[in-house]
Parts: sequence; structure tokens; C-alpha cells
Amino acid sequence: MKILAYLRSLAAKFFRRSQVEDDIEEELRAHIQHHADDLERSGLSRTEAERQARIRLGGQLRFREECREALGGNFIETLVQDLRYGIRVLRKSRGFTIVSIFTLALAICANAVVFGVINSLLLRQLNVPHPESLYALEFAKNNSTTSLSYPDYLDLRDRNKTFDGLIAYNIDTVGLDTGGNPTRTWIEDVSGNYFDALEIQPYLGQFFHASDERGPNSIPSIVLTYAYWHTHFQDDRGAIGRVIQVNKHPFTIIGVTPPDFRGTIAFFNPEAYVPIVDQGEVYGSSSLDDRGNRSLQVVIGHLRPGITPAQATADLDSIGSYLETTYPKDHSQNGQMRFVLTSPALGGSDNAPFIAAFLSGLMLLAGLILLAACANLGSLFAARAADRSREIALRLALGGGRLRILRQLFTEAILISLIGGVVGLWGTIVLLNELSAWRPAPRYPLYVPVNPDARVYAIALLLALVSGLLFGAVPVRQILHTNPYEVIKSASTGKVNRRLSIRDWLLIGQIAICAVLITASLVAVRGLMRSLHGNFGFEPDNSIVADADLTMAGYSIDRVPEMQKRIVDAVAALPGVDAAGFSNELPLEFPNNAPVFKDNTPDLIPANVAATAEFFKVSPGYFQAAGTKLLLGRNFTSHDDKAAPRVAVVNQEFARKIFGTTANSINQYYKTEDGTRVQVVGIVEDGKYESLTEESKPAMFLPILQWPTAGAYLVVRSSSRDLQELATTVRNNLRGLDPSLPVVIQTRYKSMDAILLGPRMATISLGVLGLLGAMLAITGVFGMAAYSVSKRLKEFGIRMALGAQRKDLLSAALGRAFKLLAIGSGAGLVLGLLASSVLGSIVYQATPRDPLVLIGSVLAMSLLGLLATWIPARQALSVDPMTLLRDE
Amino acid sequence: MSGEAQLLPGTLDLLILKAVSLGPLHGYGILLRIGQISGQALLVEQGALYPALFRLVRQGLLKASWGTSENNRRAKYYELTASGKKRLQQETDGWNRLADAIASALSAKPEEV
Repeated sequence: MKILAYLRSLAAKFFRRSQVEDDIEEELRAHIQHHADDLERSGLSRTEAERQARIRLGGQLRFREECREALGGNFIETLVQDLRYGIRVLRKSRGFTIVSIFTLALAICANAVVFGVINSLLLRQLNVPHPESLYALEFAKNNSTTSLSYPDYLDLRDRNKTFDGLIAYNIDTVGLDTGGNPTRTWIEDVSGNYFDALEIQPYLGQFFHASDERGPNSIPSIVLTYAYWHTHFQDDRGAIGRVIQVNKHPFTIIGVTPPDFRGTIAFFNPEAYVPIVDQGEVYGSSSLDDRGNRSLQVVIGHLRPGITPAQATADLDSIGSYLETTYPKDHSQNGQMRFVLTSPALGGSDNAPFIAAFLSGLMLLAGLILLAACANLGSLFAARAADRSREIALRLALGGGRLRILRQLFTEAILISLIGGVVGLWGTIVLLNELSAWRPAPRYPLYVPVNPDARVYAIALLLALVSGLLFGAVPVRQILHTNPYEVIKSASTGKVNRRLSIRDWLLIGQIAICAVLITASLVAVRGLMRSLHGNFGFEPDNSIVADADLTMAGYSIDRVPEMQKRIVDAVAALPGVDAAGFSNELPLEFPNNAPVFKDNTPDLIPANVAATAEFFKVSPGYFQAAGTKLLLGRNFTSHDDKAAPRVAVVNQEFARKIFGTTANSINQYYKTEDGTRVQVVGIVEDGKYESLTEESKPAMFLPILQWPTAGAYLVVRSSSRDLQELATTVRNNLRGLDPSLPVVIQTRYKSMDAILLGPRMATISLGVLGLLGAMLAITGVFGMAAYSVSKRLKEFGIRMALGAQRKDLLSAALGRAFKLLAIGSGAGLVLGLLASSVLGSIVYQATPRDPLVLIGSVLAMSLLGLLATWIPARQALSVDPMTLLRDE
Repeated sequence: MSGEAQLLPGTLDLLILKAVSLGPLHGYGILLRIGQISGQALLVEQGALYPALFRLVRQGLLKASWGTSENNRRAKYYELTASGKKRLQQETDGWNRLADAIASALSAKPEEV
């Protein structure tokens, strides 16, 4: 009943608006008439009576407002009114509006983009059924993780009571020939239960199952991903059943995965799935029987319902100790097998904490940007409120409520913040989609899958709203303390306040934040420059890398050395080529490592391992081609072949670790895992092998002739030829030698894209934040300086007329701005230095205690100050006293 | 001030309901009626009357219709609705209880304590 009445009055108000107004009007008129009638009877004239009646009733405007309020639905109506007024005001001061919206849009965009990345990399689940119970198994020992061997995996799979099927897979490349042109393709070698355990249903055809595994090479089937099928078979359903060549071995296409399934690593999308039991056939050799060969890259599985990760690790650990006691030779170097469960999406625990730490750091910086933007807008709003003090005073004097005026100002703030938020969100969507489509490292199927979703939209708009409330709140005090009589009495607000006001503090804070950001981005850029031009132990300049895996062209291992020699000879003979050589792995391209033993070690058991060395199998010309300096001893020759004694070239760190000193390590012996005695014939410089940030690691180089390997990279050095053109020549040359060999050629720098991805992303994102910070500092200082100059133009005019020097005028106009800038920058620099440890963890070789960075930051801040005060300074100096004084 | 009693907050609605319950009235009439039934002791501020009337209409306690006054002028007449009557009853009871309680409290003498 009551609600009905309420709704009726609400409806009446909206749909019969003018009628309601008329009603109120007429009712009040009737009241006055009746009252006047009474007064007339007491002897007053009609006019006087009506006048008295009107006075008794009081201010009709306020009154009508109250009546309307009493009718309900007032909130919406006031809002509409405020919005209308707000839009009118904002359109009148277009510059202010555009600057505020733009500032806010940038800040919102920065935050939403960072959040979008966090959202998709850390918060979003994998696109598989029940992602919450999917865990990756890692085998940790002394804080470093190692992989599992296939036999160990089988034991874990069959003996555990806590997982619904454990999956194992390796990521690898093969030459995939769908008819005609064999191309290098990224595949996953997966255990037979892969699709069943992940509960993935085929889009087309069928998948292989655990029951199909009947020993090595028992499943001649391949499953394509939707994307691969789409691009290579043009959605041809007839592709099922066709036979294609995997490294020259026939495999039947049995199925296609659904379009939204992209494997279990968020940023890596394989193109096809081959059963892991076919390893021997596909790659020419198999490690599936070797319990000591820990080469399984990924082991994942769904926990059984109701099982906690702790229960699962306990279960796995007990199997681990069983394996250790049963196969002591293959296990336990220094301590027990311990299992760790991690999220599978980021490809293991090596990456996850780093990515999480970096992204949280970035989010923090982005948050600072937003705060700086709010401070910026807050001082703009405060300045505007001061400018509008006469308007506000008038409204107060005419009976406007302070709350009503505040509400109006808040409506303006939120209007701006929402428009800024929408613009920022639009930018976010564009950026995130660009980022998702980006292929950071062309040789690897890496993605940054960060498409925005509802969560990102919500955060962006929420941030916009909160910042609107934040900067809208800055002038509140000012308004609540406005005394209308004072304001209207004293027309001008030209007096200078010596004390630091709220606005000044806001500006100082904002500048400090910006200085931190600028310092951070300079530190990052310096760090990247250093890591790009640091000492890698090889020279990336002037060299190209040809990835020529002879397995992909079906070479058997005994034919490999001869073919590799033909290739090296042919390429080295090309004009302008200084050197060419093969290596089975490249430094900074995910090389292998292996345990080594001192020569006098009798038992080659894990406990006696002297060092774990990165190892490379290289051809004689490799060191010259790679630009790795030989410090002592000799290089390999073509006589270091299978018939000759086993030899090695090691790096300085290896020599130090195994032999004590580099000098007397020449001609010494050490032992490899299988007991082979190897003589050291040369020492090369240390380098970076797995990552740019690593400490020196021991490394050994073995002659590829003594350890034949089909999958190898050809490194070609030329100081005189254009590398692109050289790449084409080399490609044609290789094609001439064997047309069926898929070759990928890149400059050495380009091939390092994947390893440099992290530092690059860090630098780009910090750089962008630094730029944003700089822009905010400029607008902030500019706003403040321009405002104070405009307020004091009259004073300057008088001073000028009285003969003031330009210098004095400038210091009066801008001294304050510069003082604030100096305080803010100083605080920011100190904060930036304090944040050094945070930055150091993000960016390689980043140290803010770098004179160049310090000078750079100071220079940048002063430059910003100059830029921001240029226009206001010009304005102050160009004052024409006559015009100004006439104006009043 | 001596002859007039201060209007307690919240009592205006009650007075309006009471005034209207004695017969349909227009706004000015309500003012007069309140003055009359309170022996001119309670004076309602004119500005406060209409917002209160609109509020009571919105709450469904009063209903309004246009009519012609004794002065032969068009005026908006208010009368009680069913729930208005109920509310008046409740409020009156509540008020009486309060008044009795306050009166007995104020008339307490030391020997009764």
C-alpha cells in the first residue's frame, strides 16, 4: 500500500512532471489567497494582505524544492540536474576537462593493463575441466628443482593413491611434413593418458589412450591442435586418417583438439601431440628406459576429490623414498626426493615466483601512477573550486545547502572519472588485444594470453570511481569553510599564501612519485643495455644461427658426422664467411647439463658428483664462429674423432671447480657420467649459459665428432656481409645439399629473443610507467605554475610598471613551483634509491647506485620543471601592465 | 513565547493527522484547525506544513483531491486514508502513554521514592 503510494508519487513526478509542478504552484497560491482573505477581513487592503501572506509563507523556491523532496525520487532528479549542470560547466572549461580526462585515462589504462596481465597469468585458470585440482609435480632438492626420469614417472603414476592419473610430457621440435615442404613444428610428446586425464574431448576424430601404449614406438598416431589443422589443412575434415611425416617417420592423424584447448602452459601453445612412447622412432634415440636420465619436462595431474596437496606430497614422497632405496644408483645425491606441487600454468616454479613478484611490483608502480594522477586532479579541482568561490558563495548566500553544492562538485568529479575510466578501458582493451596477438619470440610458439575479461572491466571502472571520489574530496574542506559574506566582500583572491597548502603537498607527493618512477625506468633501461652488451662468453654481433636438425631429414646417426662436415665446409667456403661451426645446443637457448666426476673418483654415484656442467658438443670451427675466446691450450681439430682419445675444452669455472686452477688444468683428466675419461685440451672464457642473471657456471665443450648428434645449430660468423643476405645464401646452400632439411635461420641476437623477453618486458613496462610519471609531473607542475601566474598577473603588471626586473618577476612567479619541484624530486630520488632491492630483483644488473642513473634522474626532473614552467613563465613576462590595469 | 508551546519534533505529523481526521481540510485550513484545537497554543510554521503534507501523501496516510473552499476558491483537500486512521490511533495511544509517563515522573515527590 505504502509502496504503491510511493511509486505513484514517483511516477507522477516523472511522467506528469509539469502537472505536479503546477499542482504545487496552485496549492501554494490557494494557501496565500485563503490567508489573505483572513487578513483582509481583519482590515488590511487586499494588496497588503497578499503581501503579508506571502511573507508568512516564506521562500517559495526552497519550499517547492522541499515539497518535491518530500514527494520522493529526489535522488535521481537531483542527479540528473547535477549531471546537466556538470556537463555544462565542463563543456565551458574544455581545456581543464580534456586534461583531466586524459590524465585519468592514462592512469586507469596503466593499472588495468597491469591488472589484465596479472589476471590472465596469475588469476585465470587453465582452460581445462576442473583446473583447480590440476597440479604440476616438481622434484625439489636443496631449493633447486630437477626433472623426473620416465621410469620414475611410471612408478609414481602407478603407485600413487592421490592423483587421478599422472600425465608426463616433453616439449620438442620436429620436422613435420604434411606433403611437400617439411617445416619445424613445436609439439608435445605426451603420455598416452594425456587427453583422458585432462578430460579433453576430441573436436574431430579421436585421441590415443593409455591402453594403446604397448612398448616403444607402439602408437603411430598424431593429434593436431585446432590451430594447426585450421592453418595447414584449411579445416578439411578429411585430414583425419591421413599419414604425415614426423622427422620422416609416417604418423596417422587421428584427431584434432578443440579450439579452446591450448595445452597446460598458459603462454606456450604446441601445434601437435605425439605419444611419448614413440620417442625412439621420432628422435632416433630414447631415454625411456634410463632411470638416471631425468629428462621429463612436465609431470601434471588432477588430485583425487577430497585430497589436499599436502596429502598428495606425502604420498609422493613415500614413493620417492621407495624409489631411492630400490634404485640407489640413480637417485639421492644429497638428500631425499621431495615433491612440490605447483600451478602448472606458468611452466614450473622457476618462473612463477619471479613473474608474480615482478607483476606485483609493476602493479604497485601503476598504483602510484594512479595516486599521482589523483593528486594532480585533486589540485586541479581545488584550484577550480577556489576560482569558483564567488559562484559558490553566491549559491550559499541564496540559500543553497553546502551538501547540495558538494554533491554538485562530486558529480562533476565522478563524471570526469567515469569518462576517463571508459577512455582508459578502451585503451586497455586495445593494448591487451595487441599484446595477446603478439609473438614475442618468433622461433618459439610463445604467447602473452592476456585478453581482457569482465574482471578487468570491473576493476578499471571501480578504480575510476574510487579515484573520482578521491580527487573530488580534495576541495571539500575548502567549501565547507567558505564564508559567503567574506568572499563576496573581498573580490580578489590575489594574496599569496606563504604556508604550504594542501595543494602544495599534493604536488610534492605527486612529483616524488614521478621521480621514483623515472628513476625506476632509467634503472631498468640501463640494466637492459648492460645485459644486451654484457659479456656472454660469445659474440652475438655479426653472426647468424641456422637451426638444422638432421633428424628432421631422416639421417641415421652414423651418417650425421659426414653430412655435418659437408655443411660446415660448404658454408665456410662462402665468400665473406669468417668461420662456421656446429653446436648441439647454444648458450642462452636452454642447453643441457650433466654431472662430472674427478678423475680419481672410484664410484660414479650421485653423492660423488664434483660439478654439474653445462655441456655442448661442438665442431672444430665453433669457437671462432661463436666468438668464444680460447684462453689456453688448443682448439678441436678434425682429428678429434671417434678413433682418437676423448678430449674436451672447458671454461674457467669448470677448471677452477675440478682442478683448482685454470693454469695447470691442461692435459688433466676428468670423468663423465658413463665413466669415460676425458682429457682437457683447452680453456675458454666463462659465459652465460642458462640465463643472463646466473652466477658463473662450469661448462664443457666436447667434439661433436666423438659424440655425434643430429640436432645441432650451425653458427656462421661474417664481419663483412649483410647478415640478412648471408642468411639467404646459407639457406640456399643448405637446400642445395639436402632439400628435405627444414632450416630456420636468424641472427644470433634475434635467436636470443626468448631469453631476453623477461628483461625486455620489464624495461618496456617500466619505461612506459616512467613516461607516464613524467607526463603527470609536467601537467602537475604546469597546472600549478600556470594557475599561480594567472592569479598574480595583476600584481606582476604593477611590479613591471614600477620597474621590476624580469629576473625578479620570474622568481616571484615560478620560485614556488621550482621549490616544490626540488623538494618532491629530492624525496623521490631518495625513495627510488631505497627501492633499489625491489628493482634489482626485477631487472638484471639494475642498480640505482649508478651515477648515470642519478644524473639522469636529476636532469630529467629539472628538464621536466623547465618544460612545465616554460609557458607560465612566458605568460608572466609578456604581461602588459597597461592592458592589465585597464581590465579591472 | 509564553502562551505558545514548543512543537516537539515529530508531532507535526500527528497534529496534521488529527486535524484532518475531524473532516477534510485544505492546507490553510489545517493550520487554522491546529491552532483552534490546541487553543492557539500550538503554532505550526507555515513553511513546514506543505512538505509534511506531501510526505504524508507519499506514505499513503493522506489522500488529496481538489475541491472548492468556503471562500469559493479552488483548493486541495486532504483526508485520512484507512492506514492514516490506523496510524493516528497508534500515534495517539503512544503519545498518551508517553505523556502519562512523563507526567507521573515529573510529579514524583521525595517521600514516594
